[in-house]
Amino acid sequence: MSQLARPSRLKSRSGFIERTLIDINNTLEQSLFAEKIARQKGLLQALDARLKVIAMLMLLLAVSLSHQLVIIAGLYTGALILAAVSNISLGFFIKRVWAFIPFFTGIVALPALFITPGPALAYLPLGLVITRTGALTALFLLLRVGTSVSMATLFVLTTPWNSVLKALGVLHVPDVLILTLGMTYRYIHLLLHLANDMFLSRKSRILRRLTGTEERRLMAATSGILLGKSLQLSSEVYLAMESRGFRGYPHTMDRFQMRWFDWAAGLVVVFVTLLAIVGR
Amino acid sequence: MFLKETLKKIPRWMYMYYILIALWSGTTAMHIPDGYLSPVTCMLMVLLVMPFWIRGVQRLREKMTARNIPLVALFAAFSFVVMMFNVPLPGGTTAHAVGGALAAIILGPEIATIAVSIALVIQALFFGDGGILAIGANCFNMAVVLPYVSFAIYQAVSKNMPMNSKRRIIGAAAGGWAGLTAAAFFAAVEFGVQPLLWHTADGTPLYAPYPLSVSIPAMVIPHALIASVVEGAVTALVVAYLIRANQPALEIINKTQITAETSSFARWRNLWIGLAALVVITPLGLLAPGTAWGEWGAEELTNRGLSFIPKGLAQLSGLWSAPMPDYNVPAIGNANIGYILSAVVGILVIIGVAWLFSLLVTGGKKTFSEDVNSK
Repeated sequence: MSQLARPSRLKSRSGFIERTLIDINNTLEQSLFAEKIARQKGLLQALDARLKVIAMLMLLLAVSLSHQLVIIAGLYTGALILAAVSNISLGFFIKRVWAFIPFFTGIVALPALFITPGPALAYLPLGLVITRTGALTALFLLLRVGTSVSMATLFVLTTPWNSVLKALGVLHVPDVLILTLGMTYRYIHLLLHLANDMFLSRKSRILRRLTGTEERRLMAATSGILLGKSLQLSSEVYLAMESRGFRGYPHTMDRFQMRWFDWAAGLVVVFVTLLAIVGR
Repeated sequence: MFLKETLKKIPRWMYMYYILIALWSGTTAMHIPDGYLSPVTCMLMVLLVMPFWIRGVQRLREKMTARNIPLVALFAAFSFVVMMFNVPLPGGTTAHAVGGALAAIILGPEIATIAVSIALVIQALFFGDGGILAIGANCFNMAVVLPYVSFAIYQAVSKNMPMNSKRRIIGAAAGGWAGLTAAAFFAAVEFGVQPLLWHTADGTPLYAPYPLSVSIPAMVIPHALIASVVEGAVTALVVAYLIRANQPALEIINKTQITAETSSFARWRNLWIGLAALVVITPLGLLAPGTAWGEWGAEELTNRGLSFIPKGLAQLSGLWSAPMPDYNVPAIGNANIGYILSAVVGILVIIGVAWLFSLLVTGGKKTFSEDVNSK
């Protein structure tokens, strides 16, 4: 596998190849980093993955059902505490959660401040009026999205991908789909590397700026080649699987075991969820 | 040339404005995060997608059994990677495509549903792109509406045409554009019904705040102008490339599926009818209570929550005046306990459906190894 390109941010203005390279590398980096955290010692890392899947779903439901800002804020504080005791640096955690999705949610929620009918809360220049209802609804959306993303991020950061897949079996997701999910994840990395190589090799042979038409042609050709490679690989992978004794269903090697610690954590989650729903 | 002249006349700020709108709608709207939709909507969307997942897995098992696992896995990985490509737009900006239309053209819509769903699940689980409770809604918009609409248009335009026909490129472009626009429309409807159905007693919306009159134009117009154009262009460009360089890839669909059947739509008539019924009923059921906006008393509102599907049905059968507190298990009399009970029932229903799904998929067996053995 080639060395990953690290184009500098300054050059990102110069075209789509650089931007695509940056995106590809960020994705690879993100997934490598998550696996690293998942292998550290910490509270959440020590829990059974099955329990974590169910706990995450319950907490997401609690966040989603709650009708009071205080409760959602409380759940968010809980997520921060969990991050802290699971060896995830708070700065990194907050940045990762809030940098992207809730940030855009903020942009989405902004007009709601003004256009939701309700009693006036504050008057701004240009005749804009922030309504109480508008402010509340924007807060609801923002907090809810941020807290939900935090819960999901906690789960993903503290659980190795293999355990995530196996834990999905608890939810009765069919074996075939879990196997496919696992393979997809693996081949995403391979295809990302391939795309990275293709773009990098092309970029290193370009002297001038490409025109828009040329860029689009290049993008389409790269996608097309990648598609061809995927299809070719898929039949090769199947042959490889068959020759290693694949009979149509996957086997998992290790077994999960629930310990008292897991049961205790499960009880806490059930309690918190019920509390949040009752108090809504 | 004429187009270029016209484009030049549009003021720069207008470009910027639409690019900004497209930016947020492209990044947030299509991958709906958790918190935008109420849990009930999320559950309903899972139920809506379920038949398509079952159909897709059935299709996978029917034709090539285990051989299809790597095919779908690789294609899902491909869709994921393609979603990451920056597509150069005129004016120096870039945008992303979803790739659902391309998947439908290569694999057929049923299998495309599975491939795109898997890519979406990985995005949601691993990269926080799109919510986990909202996975049903995201899969419905991007893994069902997008591939089926694109494929129908692609087939209509290019059916029985030779492999190198220009009409395939045109069909791919039109299909990609229409598919994503339709997906944006469905997402807008999902957003737009939230403030009608779920708000506090004083009218503060609890989830996505904009009504249909705002959400539909805000989603559909920028998508139709930018994101869908990108989707259509990417699909067409890649199909054009495949026609030039890799025609067998375009013929895979004939190997994994029965062409005559696909084009006639006859064999899935029941699925189409059921689906059409669902699609018709759902917005009605969702919209119906909206007409009663303002008439809702505070005490009635506390009894809402998980109950809008029955309400919609009740409305349809002219029983709207039926009292609603029944959802609270009257004997207990405590709204909260009744609420929790209905939530528990909801969860049980989901698990039950998922279990049923796994039974269907595996045909009651633990595995489907026998398919391979009998081959």
